Amino acid sequence: MIRNILSLICCLLFTQGLVAQVDKAQKGTYALTQATLVTVTNGIIENGTMVIRDGRITAMGSNVTIPEDATTINCSGHFIYPGFIDGGTTLGLVEIGSISLTQDANELGDFTPHMQALTAVNPNSVAIPVTRVNGVTTVIAQPTGGLFPGTAALINLVGYTPDQMYAGFKGIVMNFPSSGKRGWWDRRSEEDVKKEYDKNLKNLNKLWDQVKMFQTVTGTDNETYRPDIKAMVPVVEGDMALLIEVNKDSDIKAAIQWVQDRGIKKPIFTGVAEGWRVAKELAEAKIPVITGPVLSTPTRPSDRYDRPYANAGLMHKAGVKVAIRTNETENVRNLPFNAGFAAAYGMGVEEALKAITITPAEIFGLDSQIGSLEVGKVANLFVSTGDPFEMKTEIKYLFIAGYQVPIDNRHIQLYEEFLERSPGLKN
Amino acid sequence: MNNMKYNIFSGFLLLLFSVCMNAQTQTGSMLIKNGTVLTVTNGTMENTDVLIVDGKIQDIGQNLRAPRGVEEIDATGMHVMPGIIDAHSHIGLETVNEATNPVTAEVYVGDALNPLDVSIYRALAGGVTASHAMHGSANAIGGQCETIKHRYGTYNPDDIRMDGAPRTVKFALGENPMRVHGEGRGILPATRMGIEQVIRRAFAEAKEYKAAKAQYEEARKNGDNTVMPPMYSRRMEALEGILDGEIIIHCHAYRADEIYMLMQVCKDFGVDYLCFHHANEGFKVAPDLAAFGAAASVFADWWSFKFEVYYSTAYNATILTQNGVLTSINSDSGELIRHLYHEAAKTQRYGGLTDDEALALITINPAKQLGIGDRVGSIEKGKEADITIFKGHPLSIYGIPMKTNVDGVIYFDRENDPNDMRLDVNPEEAMPAFFLDIQDYKHENCMHGTYQTFNTLFRG
Repeated sequence: MIRNILSLICCLLFTQGLVAQVDKAQKGTYALTQATLVTVTNGIIENGTMVIRDGRITAMGSNVTIPEDATTINCSGHFIYPGFIDGGTTLGLVEIGSISLTQDANELGDFTPHMQALTAVNPNSVAIPVTRVNGVTTVIAQPTGGLFPGTAALINLVGYTPDQMYAGFKGIVMNFPSSGKRGWWDRRSEEDVKKEYDKNLKNLNKLWDQVKMFQTVTGTDNETYRPDIKAMVPVVEGDMALLIEVNKDSDIKAAIQWVQDRGIKKPIFTGVAEGWRVAKELAEAKIPVITGPVLSTPTRPSDRYDRPYANAGLMHKAGVKVAIRTNETENVRNLPFNAGFAAAYGMGVEEALKAITITPAEIFGLDSQIGSLEVGKVANLFVSTGDPFEMKTEIKYLFIAGYQVPIDNRHIQLYEEFLERSPGLKN
Repeated sequence: MNNMKYNIFSGFLLLLFSVCMNAQTQTGSMLIKNGTVLTVTNGTMENTDVLIVDGKIQDIGQNLRAPRGVEEIDATGMHVMPGIIDAHSHIGLETVNEATNPVTAEVYVGDALNPLDVSIYRALAGGVTASHAMHGSANAIGGQCETIKHRYGTYNPDDIRMDGAPRTVKFALGENPMRVHGEGRGILPATRMGIEQVIRRAFAEAKEYKAAKAQYEEARKNGDNTVMPPMYSRRMEALEGILDGEIIIHCHAYRADEIYMLMQVCKDFGVDYLCFHHANEGFKVAPDLAAFGAAASVFADWWSFKFEVYYSTAYNATILTQNGVLTSINSDSGELIRHLYHEAAKTQRYGGLTDDEALALITINPAKQLGIGDRVGSIEKGKEADITIFKGHPLSIYGIPMKTNVDGVIYFDRENDPNDMRLDVNPEEAMPAFFLDIQDYKHENCMHGTYQTFNTLFRG
């Protein structure tokens, strides 16, 4: 009785707004009713209901019994989409772009594959809630710089520890030697560029031979403490993916050759800005691609202005498996807009949607877990008022790993505080 | 004899031609038929024609007839909007920063225009017809800027100037001038306090300069030859122009406190209009900006790339607009300038602005900020025919710019677009160099060139 009264008082206090309420992510049983379900893998279900329980989608369809304990959310007129997956970001690893001590993506050294992105991801980065309210539920957080900067990890954008966030995929990042310029400011001569490329490639091959040699002694008494080389062994043995960043046409071809020569079992190409130039070769090599950002300038001044917009679609048409990434930190929230531009410039809405949902899930070997609305999959999804690629569309509800996550972040809080500032103009 | 005559005649023609070239850029006429016209200032007009004669909008209405010889363009199912205007960019410039002194009001980017920059064409392909080519943000008082029209295809820098556009000057507050001068060279300003004093000193000196000039003129009028004029200074001349309101201040600033500071300084020196750029924390002083009558030109969603933009919000443009501040969205980037329509549309996700409000952010509002709002920025009779035709709605992610007109001349046509639009082809280069815009250099084009200058000049 007393308890009831107390809770009533609490309730009153809350509704009166006398107590500052902190919205938390809530796990529970949810029923989202009367929604249009955009499953991605099995078409569209009109007027459908979805049940979320224990972090998973447990029922879905137009004829679903709603569990008694479920919190029902009427989604009439709304759409449910699977959470978007960004296949390449530094989210959580960099807080402020110009302040090096807030940056944990780039460790010293050329060969540091044992550096774990998952160790340094800051679960409380202000950019994480900013990202997820646009429907991005899952991202690759990856180390940068050097030849082998470290191990990337797929994370869900909810949770307070790396273990809570980890979404089940890791891969070693490799920056394939580049024979291109680094930017307009790069004044190296053609010969110097070539020299450096050759040196890097030689270095890469030497490292690879060392790793192969190390592999033969792993687990024996002859094994020495080489965490860097040891981190590479699963890649050599084909158990772990190698995320190879490569962008220029000739480098892409060289990387294909390199992958084939060394029998890399799980190669994934990332960046691939000039993929459209060598789309046939990529398709024949059957190497999946995570490309982006779509919103970028052409790689050569002579190129057609819309090549970066069209690149993903052109590769897809040639038969390449293409996912889209932002390669962003604080603006990973623009992932759906990158996909939208790819859709408008030739890829089509359906394929572009796949490129940030089921396709990256397949590339990471997690297509049984995430990337579409299917019974049994992790409840990574959101409810929107319409097409989530359109800027006018509002994201109403968000679920990550089965948690209902509040639509809130610092950008929204500042909006609420300052739309009508108080004190206003006068003291 | 005949030959001689011919030579004189052709010489005369050549002279006439070159005079014309300087005085007049190309204008065109056309009738854009049956489009959905987004006038921005007078709402949306369905199934409407726009008649352009000699580079000006002559008529807007239904069933207009094309005068003889004037081409008709069918815009059925298309959206016709005013050419997009970017109030902050650095395209079309050879160089951006004179990062050698905290005050460089005498330098002028108009002396370093590069009409061959392919970024101009890429901007056209994004529907952008005019931009504000700005000096960088290395100095508290930087150089003067140039408002350009994207008449791509010329080798003559004068052809891209927008004749008659008011003069503007770049100011910069906060981290950039602090880093370049205070941290980099050990001179004032190292703090936001120092920046205030640098600007106050410059303004005060200009006031003295102006007074000394007046005193000299006065004495001369009275036949007094003992008074000396002040030593002629282009810097002081420019600063005097700023105090007189002839040169509009466009100030790079992020934090609310520094924005507030400059408004106080301007009040003290009688400068009653200025436009803040980036102004990521503009929303925090939106009522103060509105009360002063200051404008703001902001990013749609850039933040966190440095500390002074950490406490910002993508709702900035919305809050500013709702508080009555004249607001625009700019690019500051050769990449963003290609999709400013998309950047403007983000205000519909972040704050729910209406279509007209969102479109105004990239058309009439930046035009007003640059002092050219009576000439461009909306589809109105008598205005210059800078017009973009979209397939789909420009605020939709699926909207695609199809044709871009400047002065009634089509400079971009998606259906007739040669891949290679360079004007400065190097015949020795079989394939132009590949380069990626690397992440580190993606933001802050305002600091364009300073890393290099800084390293060469001050770090040896």
